[in-house]
Amino acid sequence: MVQKASVISRRIKETLIKNIFAVFALFSIVMLGLIVFFLFREGLPIFRVVSVTDFLFGPFWYPTYDPPEYGIGPLIVGSVVVTILSSLIAVPLGVLSAIYISEIAPPRLKEVLKAIIELLAGLPSVVLGFFGMVILAPWLQETFDIATGLNILNASIMLALMAIPTISSLSEDALYAVPRDFKEASYALGATRYETITRVTFTAALSGISTAVILGMARAIGETMVVLMVAGGAAALPGSIFDSVRPMPASIAAEMGEAPFGGDHYHALFATGIVLFFITLAFNLVADYISNRFKEVGSGTL
Amino acid sequence: MKNQPIITTKNVNFYYGAFQALTDITMDFERNRVTALIGPSGCGKSTLLRLLNRMNDLIDQTRVEGEVLFEGRNIYEPDVDPVEIRKRIGMVFQKPNPFPKSIYNNITYAPRLAGIKSKESLDALVEDSLKQAVLWDEVKDILGRSAMTLSGGQQQRLCIARALAMKPDVLLMDEPTSALDPISTAKIEELVDELKESYTIIIVTHNMQQAARVSEYTGFFYLGKLIEFGLTEKIFTNPDIKQTEDYITGRFG
Repeated sequence: MVQKASVISRRIKETLIKNIFAVFALFSIVMLGLIVFFLFREGLPIFRVVSVTDFLFGPFWYPTYDPPEYGIGPLIVGSVVVTILSSLIAVPLGVLSAIYISEIAPPRLKEVLKAIIELLAGLPSVVLGFFGMVILAPWLQETFDIATGLNILNASIMLALMAIPTISSLSEDALYAVPRDFKEASYALGATRYETITRVTFTAALSGISTAVILGMARAIGETMVVLMVAGGAAALPGSIFDSVRPMPASIAAEMGEAPFGGDHYHALFATGIVLFFITLAFNLVADYISNRFKEVGSGTL
Repeated sequence: MKNQPIITTKNVNFYYGAFQALTDITMDFERNRVTALIGPSGCGKSTLLRLLNRMNDLIDQTRVEGEVLFEGRNIYEPDVDPVEIRKRIGMVFQKPNPFPKSIYNNITYAPRLAGIKSKESLDALVEDSLKQAVLWDEVKDILGRSAMTLSGGQQQRLCIARALAMKPDVLLMDEPTSALDPISTAKIEELVDELKESYTIIIVTHNMQQAARVSEYTGFFYLGKLIEFGLTEKIFTNPDIKQTEDYITGRFG
């Protein structure tokens, strides 16, 4: 009888623990659901004022004019341009530094470099933005003799600095996960270190590196503070990389305070948030797809 | 009957950091013969094998003393390029380790590095190597498929074919059948028997029957020392040293 009682109490305990964990897991899902719900509830009403096409592709963002124009075309272009340019800087640097750290650097230097990259990842974005404003912007202005140093190039360099740690450390994980067996096989076949890295290690880690790149880009496109501080804030289609832009997150952050609650401008900013949400969602889905696709068939498809 | 030695080690000592893994190893490996290295785990037989194509260079903090002569030349001379040595001395590992590439690209990896580009030469090499490794009939229609889809035994024969494609003189085999089932093992053993016509083979094995079946010479290692080295027949029927006899008959371990 004693045994039976203890079995029952154990079962109650198990169920209790299981449910407690379920509640905590559910909590974050519910929170996410609520955020998405409010995002749509506050954003969708703008489409009673402008059509979806005009909103997405409209070339003029004059939310406070009379009559106001709600076209986020320039904001989307601003976001896309700084993201692409920053990727052009961050991807080679991030991937090459990962290769150096994981395959070439002597052990002690490896530890130092990893620590530095982690430090870079831990820099608050406002500090990077500040650096871009007071150091890089005046330098760019003087060097290239342009009207303002707060422009696409400045924002791209700062965003690249933010994306490099993500790309580098995730790529390094992917390279590290390449089995030693492959490398040994390559060396035993008379390959040099360079040949082994380019033909075996890098190709075997390619799916992980692609994921790293996409997550790094997702980080860049969603970043707010840096672009708010150094992109210049001009809501117009840029003509060169020295023009100012106003990426979507910067626009939302700058204007939300002055947009009347429940007004069209307010709804338009939430709708911009929806667009941003879909873009980062797409980035994550692509990253997920790449890593899963290669996982299922093993690394054998490369 | 005695062939010329192709590889000779002279008083070789080997250290991992402060730990001495091999002590005073002197032995001759004859051309076109199969030499088996046996002994309990950790006795240094795999270490010796990896010394012969300078694979131990890849491990940090190792040190070699003595001479390893390959065709009369010490491969540990400072002006010797280990890459050149590894092209002449192929290696097959304990765990089959094909690249995550197609069967065809696995075989052509080394030839391409050596600068062979023409499709006909590469095709011919692929066919020759796979035939030598007795894998051709099983894979000739699926050369474009990933090597990872093959069975363990097929993967190991692919690794042998891959090593043969660079036309080495010597083939080092580090427990090549320890991860395989008995049927695949038998196939690899038959293969070793055929390959010795054209190659010198040095094989490390835990399986004493295997050593007895495939080799002409056997070296018995214990605690980093070469205890006894001679004709396989003699080692297995009438060894000179008690320790060898005890190991062979399974009385210690």
